[in-house]
Amino acid sequence: MTFSLKLNGETHEVDAEPGTPLLWVIRDELKMTGTKFGCGVASCGACTVHLDGEPVRSCQTYIDDVEGVEITTIEAMSDTKIGAAVQQAWVELDVVQCGYCQSGQIMSAVGLLSENPKPSADDIDSYMAGNACRCATYQRIRAGIQRAAEILEA
Amino acid sequence: MTVSTSRRGFLKGAAATGAVLLVGVTPKGALAAGDSAMLNPFVKIGADGSVTAIVKHFEKGQGPATGLSTLIAEEIGLRMDQIGYEFAPSNPEVYNNLLFGPFQGTGGSTAMANSFMQYRQAGAAAREMLLQAAAESWGADAGTLTLEDGVISGSGNSAPLGDFVAAASELTPPAEPRLKDPSEFRLIGNPDVRRLDSKIKTDGTANFAMDVYLPNQMIAMIKRPEQRGALATGFDDSEAKTVKGFIRAAVLPNQAGVVAYAENTWAAMQARDFLIVDWDTSAAEARSSDEIEAEIRAALDAEPTYNVNKTDMAATQAAIDSADKMVEQTFYFPLLAHAPMEPLNCTIEPLADGGIILHDGAQMPTGPHMALSQILDLPMEKIQVNTMLAGGSFGRRATPDADYQVEAGLAFAMTDRTRPVKLVWSREDDLRSGYYRPAFGHKVRVGLSADGDIVGWEHRIAGQSIMKGTAFESFAVKDGVDHSSVEGAADTPYQIPGAHFGLTDAEKATSTLWWRAVGHTHTAYVMEVMMDMAASAAGIDPVDFRLKYLAGDGSDQTRMAGVLKLAAEKAGWGNAPTGRSQGIAVHKSFGSFVAEVVEVSGNPEEGIRIENVTCAVDCGIAVNPDIIAAQMEGGIGYGIGHTMRDRITLTNGAVDQFNFPDYEPLRIGDIANIDVHIVPSAEAPTGVGEPGTPPSAPALANAIAALSDMRVSTLPMNENGVAWA
Repeated sequence: MTFSLKLNGETHEVDAEPGTPLLWVIRDELKMTGTKFGCGVASCGACTVHLDGEPVRSCQTYIDDVEGVEITTIEAMSDTKIGAAVQQAWVELDVVQCGYCQSGQIMSAVGLLSENPKPSADDIDSYMAGNACRCATYQRIRAGIQRAAEILEA
Repeated sequence: MTVSTSRRGFLKGAAATGAVLLVGVTPKGALAAGDSAMLNPFVKIGADGSVTAIVKHFEKGQGPATGLSTLIAEEIGLRMDQIGYEFAPSNPEVYNNLLFGPFQGTGGSTAMANSFMQYRQAGAAAREMLLQAAAESWGADAGTLTLEDGVISGSGNSAPLGDFVAAASELTPPAEPRLKDPSEFRLIGNPDVRRLDSKIKTDGTANFAMDVYLPNQMIAMIKRPEQRGALATGFDDSEAKTVKGFIRAAVLPNQAGVVAYAENTWAAMQARDFLIVDWDTSAAEARSSDEIEAEIRAALDAEPTYNVNKTDMAATQAAIDSADKMVEQTFYFPLLAHAPMEPLNCTIEPLADGGIILHDGAQMPTGPHMALSQILDLPMEKIQVNTMLAGGSFGRRATPDADYQVEAGLAFAMTDRTRPVKLVWSREDDLRSGYYRPAFGHKVRVGLSADGDIVGWEHRIAGQSIMKGTAFESFAVKDGVDHSSVEGAADTPYQIPGAHFGLTDAEKATSTLWWRAVGHTHTAYVMEVMMDMAASAAGIDPVDFRLKYLAGDGSDQTRMAGVLKLAAEKAGWGNAPTGRSQGIAVHKSFGSFVAEVVEVSGNPEEGIRIENVTCAVDCGIAVNPDIIAAQMEGGIGYGIGHTMRDRITLTNGAVDQFNFPDYEPLRIGDIANIDVHIVPSAEAPTGVGEPGTPPSAPALANAIAALSDMRVSTLPMNENGVAWA
């Protein structure tokens, strides 16, 4: 079946079975690999993308449900003010280790800063609780979000 | 993070690596063949002057891509923005781990330790060749020229190093290039040197093996047995055939499972789940983890099989039995999974000449290289290993039997070998069909004199050997003792009078494997909780008590005491805020010394919160202080997360856990803060990937004991009386 997706500002016609998770459409069909597969059950956050600006887990979002919705992935984050600030902060603080979860971390961090421009440590811990990092870079994720908030305020 | 690296005495430390290795490969003609020259196996320079470090260790986040590139840049005379990196091809004669023999691989926190002199020499040799080429061009004496920030200057001339690459590639590499004096270092030890892989890991462009999408590739997923070790004898794929994109299914030649081939990942996942497989369970594991635990606990009550240090057990027992006081504890540690973020996967790409490329986050390229040569009946030179970024490992990718690459090889071998085959594991495969940190039990009795001195320490360990029966047995097992079962206990730097260590192997119950710091994860817990219990019984402060057994001039004792005192000082030991308690632990592993103070609040019934972790590390020369701090932060998180609430259990031979909801990872709110302090050192660099992990769990246990008198001796803590806030 053909679906029309609005992704990172472009429209893509993709051929996929109904019920296919958005994650696998983005990766296997569109070959955009920044969005990661980590658990498949919305428990790790590695597959986080934005739907109309809201972070969602693409492994539990189905292609049938996203027609007409603006989908944004990590590949387009540098084009947004908040995304660019988060990426800058991540590089300044060397947040990453293996890096596999970090696309999802950044997508969630941007979601947090979009609704809360000056989050406290508790705000961050609460909002980011669904994004797992097995390297345990959490200390720097927290600092990175606060640094991004500073960059945005300046 | 704080750091101040003393440079004095560095040469002593450098010599201690014992590695004076020449990187001489005659590069003649290399430039003619392409646009870049290999000045030696570790340094590639393009005609445009771009310098690339060839990194022989894989990057799973622990930092060797940056660290080894730093050594090359330092010795050549480059800024960090003037160097890039590539991962080395599989070639154990050139890119072997110098501590592993003729084997290319990463493990045991050795990447920097074995490469430090080798990569510096490679950089220094390249520098001398470039300077010599410039000197000949200018008619100058090479000794009067300098190379800084990629520019060669002297004798009234100045030019970028790229101008001399072609000429340098014709020269014979120097046998003994001059290394920089530590006083000349600009990059080594500099806390401002950033990771080279941060940008690609924040903008979605980093390529992991999971991101390999080759034209016409198939996805292969394997239906595996519930009961570990069951064999597939047949299958029904009628349901699977209803999945669009499903190609076919086939029983693996070793009967370990049934492969579902599909055109895309989602089709492979669905088709795999729909396969109905006939399993022969006659030789499969049927035991449950309760039975494994009972076997291990029973072993602790019997005389140990191995007297690890050949000391007098009867004398130790007599000393304890007649001691003024005795403290005793039995411990149990469950099976644990590694669960790296990137589920295991690799791709085999067929080439026109009949050879293949393995695309893999390869931790030990030599293993899969040899295994695929056998499986596919290809000579070694027809196989290339493309080492890619790895989304974590924690030991999981370093299997003696190259397990997942072998699966990919078998899956590929059953095709007509014209299409690339990408083998993909799901998270369920990872948790249910993996290799585990073995379960271990310890039983310890410590006798104390009336003055609070240890007079005897009887320590029994029981658990499943990782190494016995594997390709690595010959170097890891001595006199029957698998060192990984006793490391961190039997070789403790503590000078304990009357110590006896006994080991009994448990029967093979499941596939076991090293795991971040493996044996040290349970031995450090036991050593450091027992030290705390003994200090408490003696009525002596836990730091002072430990220092009694770290006296004298021995280097290990001095360094261990050094981190212990630094961690205590930085944490404000003994001055915890009201409502909080502190616990401390110190441990040596992989040549490095780490002490940690954990500060907690709350109580075990209503919930404990980890407020602060203060870490002090002595890993010799701190090549990249910020990466060292990051590895300590990560190692602490890995240790504490599993201690809080993770375990793998078996019921009738089947793993009970499926996915992260049953094996809950550490989350961002679990540890409020971590501070890392690096001890200035002139010793040779040692490991940092693993050593942060061992002290974290016992420091947490000791903090909980200080808060509540509860001594948690069976893990995970959440199933043994501790609630988390």
